[in-house]
Amino acid sequence: MSSTTMTQKQGFAATLWDYLTTVDHKKIAVLYLIGGGFFFILGGLEALAIRIQLIQPNNDFVSNGFYNEIMTMHGTTMIFLAAMPLIFALMNAVVPLQIGARDVAFPFLNSLGFWLFAFGGILLNCSWFLGGAPDAGWTAYAPLSVVSPGHGVDFYVLGLQISGAGTLIAGINFLVTIINMRAPGMTYMRMPLFTWTTFVVSALILFAFPALTIGLFLLMFDRLFGSGFFDASLGGNSIIWEHLFWIFGHPEVYILILPAFGVFSEVIPTFSKKRLFGYTAMVFATVLIGFLGFMVWAHHMFTVGMGPAANSIFAVATMAIAVPTGIKIFNWLFTLWGGNIKINSAMLWSLGFIPSFTIGGMTGVMVATAPADYQYHDSYFVVAHFHYVIVGGVVFAIFAGLHYWWPKMFGKILNETLGKITFWTFFFGFHLTFMIQHFLGLMGMPRRYAVYLPNQELELGNVISTIGAFLMAFGAIVFVINIIVTTTKGEQVSGDPWNGRTLEWAIPNPVPHYNFKQLPLVRGLDALWIEKTEGRKELAPAEPLDDIHMPNPSILPFVMSLGLFIAGFGFIYQVDHPSWLIVLFIGMGITLGTMFIRSIKDDHGHHIHKEDLDEEAR
Amino acid sequence: MSQDHTLNPEVMPSEPEKATLEGKNKFLGFWFFLGGETVLFASLFGTYLALQGSTMGDNTPEKLFGLGLVFIMTMLLLTSSLTSVYAIYHMKNNDFRKMQLWLGITVILGFTFLGFEIYEFYHYIHGYEFTFRSSAFGSAFYTLVGFHGGHVLFGLLWIVTLMVRNAKRGLNLYNAPKFYIASLYWHFIDVVWVFIFTVVYLMGVI
Ligand code: HEM
Ligand SMILES: [Cu+2]
Repeated sequence: MSSTTMTQKQGFAATLWDYLTTVDHKKIAVLYLIGGGFFFILGGLEALAIRIQLIQPNNDFVSNGFYNEIMTMHGTTMIFLAAMPLIFALMNAVVPLQIGARDVAFPFLNSLGFWLFAFGGILLNCSWFLGGAPDAGWTAYAPLSVVSPGHGVDFYVLGLQISGAGTLIAGINFLVTIINMRAPGMTYMRMPLFTWTTFVVSALILFAFPALTIGLFLLMFDRLFGSGFFDASLGGNSIIWEHLFWIFGHPEVYILILPAFGVFSEVIPTFSKKRLFGYTAMVFATVLIGFLGFMVWAHHMFTVGMGPAANSIFAVATMAIAVPTGIKIFNWLFTLWGGNIKINSAMLWSLGFIPSFTIGGMTGVMVATAPADYQYHDSYFVVAHFHYVIVGGVVFAIFAGLHYWWPKMFGKILNETLGKITFWTFFFGFHLTFMIQHFLGLMGMPRRYAVYLPNQELELGNVISTIGAFLMAFGAIVFVINIIVTTTKGEQVSGDPWNGRTLEWAIPNPVPHYNFKQLPLVRGLDALWIEKTEGRKELAPAEPLDDIHMPNPSILPFVMSLGLFIAGFGFIYQVDHPSWLIVLFIGMGITLGTMFIRSIKDDHGHHIHKEDLDEEAR
Repeated sequence: MSQDHTLNPEVMPSEPEKATLEGKNKFLGFWFFLGGETVLFASLFGTYLALQGSTMGDNTPEKLFGLGLVFIMTMLLLTSSLTSVYAIYHMKNNDFRKMQLWLGITVILGFTFLGFEIYEFYHYIHGYEFTFRSSAFGSAFYTLVGFHGGHVLFGLLWIVTLMVRNAKRGLNLYNAPKFYIASLYWHFIDVVWVFIFTVVYLMGVI
């Protein structure tokens, strides 16, 4: 039934209800795209405000206090509410198709993960209207974050707690999906690299996020319930926060970059018409990076005073990660080498990525040199470093991935001219903004300061940086226009517009909501390409045509997350007046009540009968 | 091929918790979840160890902790783990009544444990004025042990819900995985307690 309604025009209310209750990974991908895209724009506006403030010395575009809020929210929003969800959008859209599955392992939890992220993000941003946003940096170091007045940091704690729970759920979901739901013949070493990186990243999420969960709990207890974890007058120790934060935080940066590596490992082979060079080495490097990612967190704390032994160990471990990363860079270059290269927008982002990210990796090794880091730390040099890896790596990958998979997600190819305008302005603006920041940092400009003084030769660099930021903003606006133009004017394309290599391109356009009528039989790496080279157009089915079992939609994930959102306000405001505890209990009651309903109400899903499948094919 | 028939086969398989794809997914997913929980508790233990000495006065571990009470609590929880093993054993033999019986015993032991824990906290707070807010040690102690206690409570409510919900209809391939992972959760809570017993109480008094 629902497959036929999909193609018909629906009323707004029906569509809304459809998306509120959907458990279809493809629609959840769209939700993540909308949510992540919204926060990306919001974080971008905050970035522009930062750059306007810094365009000249002693500027007063914003007050010092407000600057702290903008700067904190920019980082927090971009990492947790923009980059992560946009990556989840790609994962949800692509991974089940790449492994030949009809859905993820836990469709209900998939939806819950999204709504938790959405309500966490909204809660965090409510702070703007309720007395001020968090202002202790995205890293929220104690004791600053404990004593920060107002409720800003409380919103940070509860917003991230809720959206973090969503991320954890998504991680478990992808782990089980990739292990249990692969089509017949899809062995681990035949999985596309994007699936592999999703797999490793999900494991990182699983083991990294609980550390943040605990850190946030401790901070919440200190701020809202009078405990003394980070309070020296009660014997507390604020360094504990730094450890917990970075035990989560460093794996987090790899959680962001590994899927980006995955995207490029799909785009580059497709448009070079070559198999990915060194597939096995790529898989091995991914796993190794994931593993080493847990051993290096303290390189963010070289100046804390851990002592030379600890600093040396963490410095060496950190530099070791550059080795598997270098392997990857060379493998992409060798994939390009001698290939039949077609340059379009997706490919431009991938080619732009290689030098940009390499620069970020080089500065990474520089800041990993513990003694030298005493100079770089908390200066604009570090700001330049992580923007080179996060923008030059993750954001470029999101653009590349969106161009590449847009026809799979929405059936249309994004406009190439607009796509190229976006790339060139954004690419140029990016280097303009951040290259100069290396030098600003070396010249002594500290990060997170709202003002700098005149006559310290910092003026020109900051002007250049701000101009670059506006170029990036221009590129991003053109991308939004591109989406609008493509959606209204673009033409439907076939299911395989790029002459693709992997399973997702074997599915017709639009993708049926059960993905595969019959599960495909996978015969090797680049499963579709193998069939193509042998003259077939599609994969052999691995099963006879039969009824298809699909999960039921449900509103419960939305309600569960809404409950936590409400409870969040109760937690925050009960310090002001105990009557807010009522709100807390109502919210938790809603959440626990829906969990109870979920537990006692059977949900067997439904079947699409094979007669109806035949019907559709005709 | 109705839903009813596939989930209620004439002969139950020997591992009903893993007989369906949904069951396999739940089984694996829950193991991963427990992996995450391990990091959660590891972070709490790390915090506790760092703040153990920050007592800000004479409410120290040596003075507060009495091993007698904690030993009884440990025995209660260890026994409840054993009884939940029996329950799962009977689940695999498709003996629903005996499974319910052993789960019932598990739940009673669990609630008794919780009762002792509440008594213990009450005793510290009113007997010694040792609270969540009196020192960093107090914060870390109540957080670690309280998190565990919260897990116990959640686990008990979960098992009771499953028992009541399925009391009339018995075992099938839809609810077997649910019972199974609830028992996994219970074992996990038990293992965490063994560490709490060792690290907090035993190492605290010697
Ligand atoms: C070769 C690989 C890399 C090395 C050796 C490296 C090393 C480091 C070091 C030592 C710092 C601390 C600098 C300081 O605060 O003084 C740092 C900061 C940072 N790095 Fe990297 N990094 C690498 C790759 C990445 C990647 C791939 C990402 C993200 C995608 C990333 C994101 C960050 C962020 C966000 C910070 C700043 C955190 C903060 O203080 O706010 N790095 N990096
Ligand atoms: Cu790091």
